Amino acid sequence: MAETVDGKKDEADYKRLHSFPLIRHTDMPEEMRVETMELCVTACEKFASNNESAAKMIKESMDKKFGNSWHVVIGEGFGFEITHEMKNLLYMFFGGSLAVCVWKCS
Amino acid sequence: MSVPHKVGTVKSKQATNVKAPVAKVVKAAGKKKDEEEATDTAEGEEWMPGKTLVKPPDQLDLTEEELNEEITRVLTANNPNAPQNVVRYGFKEGCYKPIIFVDQMAIHFELEGNLVHKESDEGRRLMAKQAEREEGTGAEKLDNVAKAGEKERKLTNQFNFNERASQTLNNPPRDISCQTEPPPRANFSATANQWEIYDFYVEELKRREKSKEKQEGQVLNKEEDKSKKKIIQAETQSDDITQLAHAAKIIERMVNQNIFDEVAQDFMYFEDAADEFRGEKGTLLPLWKLQYDKAKGLSVTALCWNPKYNDLFAVGLGSYEFTQEERGMLLFYTLKNSSYPEFIFNTTSGVMCVDIHEQLSYLVAVGLHDGCVAVYNLKKKSDQPVYNSTASSGKHRGAVMQVKWQKDDLDSNHNFISVSADGRVVSWTLVKHELVFTDIIKLPATDKVPDDLKDVIATAGTSLDFHKQKDYHFLVATEAGKIHKGSKYYSSKFLETYDAHFMTVSRVRWNPFHPNVFISCGWDWMVKIWDQTIKSPIFTFELKTSVTDVAWAPYSSTIFAAITNDGKSRDHA
Repeated sequence: MAETVDGKKDEADYKRLHSFPLIRHTDMPEEMRVETMELCVTACEKFASNNESAAKMIKESMDKKFGNSWHVVIGEGFGFEITHEMKNLLYMFFGGSLAVCVWKCS
Repeated sequence: MSVPHKVGTVKSKQATNVKAPVAKVVKAAGKKKDEEEATDTAEGEEWMPGKTLVKPPDQLDLTEEELNEEITRVLTANNPNAPQNVVRYGFKEGCYKPIIFVDQMAIHFELEGNLVHKESDEGRRLMAKQAEREEGTGAEKLDNVAKAGEKERKLTNQFNFNERASQTLNNPPRDISCQTEPPPRANFSATANQWEIYDFYVEELKRREKSKEKQEGQVLNKEEDKSKKKIIQAETQSDDITQLAHAAKIIERMVNQNIFDEVAQDFMYFEDAADEFRGEKGTLLPLWKLQYDKAKGLSVTALCWNPKYNDLFAVGLGSYEFTQEERGMLLFYTLKNSSYPEFIFNTTSGVMCVDIHEQLSYLVAVGLHDGCVAVYNLKKKSDQPVYNSTASSGKHRGAVMQVKWQKDDLDSNHNFISVSADGRVVSWTLVKHELVFTDIIKLPATDKVPDDLKDVIATAGTSLDFHKQKDYHFLVATEAGKIHKGSKYYSSKFLETYDAHFMTVSRVRWNPFHPNVFISCGWDWMVKIWDQTIKSPIFTFELKTSVTDVAWAPYSSTIFAAITNDGKSRDHA
């Protein structure tokens, strides 16, 4: 019993430790990357319980800022294969368990 | 238009003209002159006289009588060309009858027009068609039609209204089409799982810790971390020069190894059966001679092998002369590259002793001639010691003769012990960024010194060695010729004292295998082997000159080597 309790504590610990936004893969230019990352963090924090609204917010802001036809996927467990315009992809982790993938393809 | 004018005038003038009966015969050339004459006579005396009468060349010459003759002309409406004797057959009489009334109309010009009366059937039909066509285009057109209608009523005559139309050059239309290149695309695929996320975070944390450590070590350097700007997968980009340095180092080693290949082979496998027979000449084969230019003038004062990297050893350079200039060096050589030292450290004063930590082989403790102890970290690229003892932190007042690393203490701080010429045995602990010292014991004064001065005049310690198994037992040798056995836990008194030599004991060492045996050598030409339980030595060897150093062989408990002042080294079994 003590072990499971410890295990849970450890889980909580690493979730805290790992909740910083961490870019897994990207080929965006520096400025764009920073802006997009901030936007994703804001959206995920605002709609912590509703991935769809967060994705909607991100997609609409990206469309306005950087041009049409952005796609956003937020989730905890998914696999994907996408075609994206070069220099317009961001794949990052956040909050210890969320993965966000943002790409442009018109 | 001008022609009918002329005809008109000529005709009218002809009516009143009496003089010219042959007016009809006059050609166009003559007509003009007639006009001139006519205008002359019509306008009368206003014209200037001096006009000669011009006659056409074919004018009939008539007599005056004939000229004055009055000719009557009558205008009739009869068509002179109409036939005057038209005859028609009358079926009643059965003969041809002349018709009196002949049609007198002479048609001079006939043109079929395309004007249609508005009220007639055809006109109405055409108007209807036009209206149908223009219904679709809207009210404007109707207005236009209405206006047109109005205009038609306006009677545009050719004197007031002039219509002109022209067509500009229309450039021929051309079709041009273009297709931009679509922005380049790439594929990307990945999986987002809980474990993937976790793994990546853990990796990232490790990476950050490493970079923090590096940064702490490189505080003195001004390198920037360029990896932040690149993709995570890209490695940190170091300068081309540093990469080149690494390659150059390897090449240097290879070259040296090739040159000294025979020597390296000897080092490993030398066995010469002739050694047995060579009495005084010496049977040790010198393998390498390691020299460093900047170390000229300095004598080698200390040597220490690196316990982890078997080919690396440390050399301390200083001087035994007290009057010479104070400087020293700490060099690290590797047998793989015997031409140049791997690491070079300059010290403020001569190095007297060197010790490398057993486990952390990058920590090197150095005892200096001016009594300081310093700790160098080989991993860090700086030239300065990591820790340094200063006067305030309890450095020795005499040259530090020996330093030895100890096991980490209870707080897992590294510590080492030093013995110096001021007679103190001091333990130094590396606490964070400082050296903290603790006096372990003070060497007792010799008997020859009067009691009053015992506290002042110190007996210099010359050598220090710790027991291999019982770490707290140590041996200290003094200049007075005594060897003291002490314990780290007793700070006031020694456990045992041995009267070893008549002169300075230069080295004392425990036997690595036998727990009770140690060896000592002194300037009194003797090498003595002791058992710690017995007060007098077990063996005594007399060599012809003063012995400066002695060491046990690491592979056998019965072999030791001794160095004497005449430059000879002996192995004894």
